[in-house]
Amino acid sequence: MTQDIPGTTMFDGEQARKGYALNRMCYSFNSAENRDAFRKDEEGYCRQFALTAEQRAAVKDRNVLAMIAAGGNVYYLAKLAGIFGLNVQDIGAQQTGTTVEEFKQKLAAAGE
Amino acid sequence: MARIIGGVATTHVPSIGKAIAEKKQNDPYWKPFFKGFDYVHYWLAREKPDIAVVFYNDHGLNFFLDKIPTFAVGAATEYKNQDEGWGIPVSRAVGGDPALSWHIINNLVADEFDVTMCQEMLVDHAVTIPLSLMWPGEKWTVKIVPISINTVQHPLPSPKRCLNLGRSVGRAIETYPEDLRVMIVGTGGLSHQLDGKRAGFINKEFDRLCMDKLAGAPEALARYSVHDFVEEAGAQGVEFLNWMAMRGALTGEVREVHRNYHVPISNTAAATVVLENRVPAERRAA
Repeated sequence: MTQDIPGTTMFDGEQARKGYALNRMCYSFNSAENRDAFRKDEEGYCRQFALTAEQRAAVKDRNVLAMIAAGGNVYYLAKLAGIFGLNVQDIGAQQTGTTVEEFKQKLAAAGE
Repeated sequence: MARIIGGVATTHVPSIGKAIAEKKQNDPYWKPFFKGFDYVHYWLAREKPDIAVVFYNDHGLNFFLDKIPTFAVGAATEYKNQDEGWGIPVSRAVGGDPALSWHIINNLVADEFDVTMCQEMLVDHAVTIPLSLMWPGEKWTVKIVPISINTVQHPLPSPKRCLNLGRSVGRAIETYPEDLRVMIVGTGGLSHQLDGKRAGFINKEFDRLCMDKLAGAPEALARYSVHDFVEEAGAQGVEFLNWMAMRGALTGEVREVHRNYHVPISNTAAATVVLENRVPAERRAA
């Protein structure tokens, strides 16, 4: 994957190809009915979208960096994160290895 | 003839939609952002636009990764919003002006911008939140022409290309025979990054530079590449492409009349800018 800016993955053609099944599943979460179906049977729902083993493991672990490595695009992953009740500060904290409070403080400090 | 009165650029972070729904405008966290709209409300009441041409990026509501147009122009009589999956309330539909949309499309393609034409188009929070900020209570009186720019799936169009797209839209509007007051909107930005180990990246200096150059020297910003923008403004800070197009569509003498900048709103450096567009006297006479 292209990653010449540290900590940043360009969502390019290579990533889009790799992540297609995962992003397609996440796109389905625009529908409340599909979000419920995922909650009721996560394994079955992921199978229906033919996630790769890497993608399935990343989703199972709720691991955003692993989802990105598996081709996930953050706008689509945010729809999945919403099912778990996580917002962009929560996933920011997870990806940067900080607590949510620390992550929010870092954002506030950027404005000072 | 149609006249371009000016432009408004604003952040479109989804959590703003939640804050509006929960009436948090005066909370200490939100107030510095929302109060930046007092001037916008005054300006809109004074300028009375009929139409808003909105440059924005879709986040997986109307377009999925199966088909991603670089530039897409709406040509519908109505644009609906729908559930985007992240818990913000669905907004009321926005009216369109298909005749103006087709005039813009015809002129863009004649000008070698080969856009995707959409007679049905859902608009996501990147359109509805700016409208709700400009007209609280969803009381907007304008019709819209939504123009979506791909800021999601690389390769993205360059800042220069987006500035020129805007210029072409501006020239098209100026030749439209109806007496309409047209405002241009650019949404998204400024610096932010949601993904990766660099999540939470914000760059005040670069944001300031972008705002400082926007009105008077957009060509200076057009020299940057998309890669430069990702590096300087963060992976999603590249939404500034919508601001570039907005600026391009202001074809007269342009000056900034309002600016509000506040960090952070959610993970984002939030900014609101109003640019006024005056047609030079010699062109008015022509």
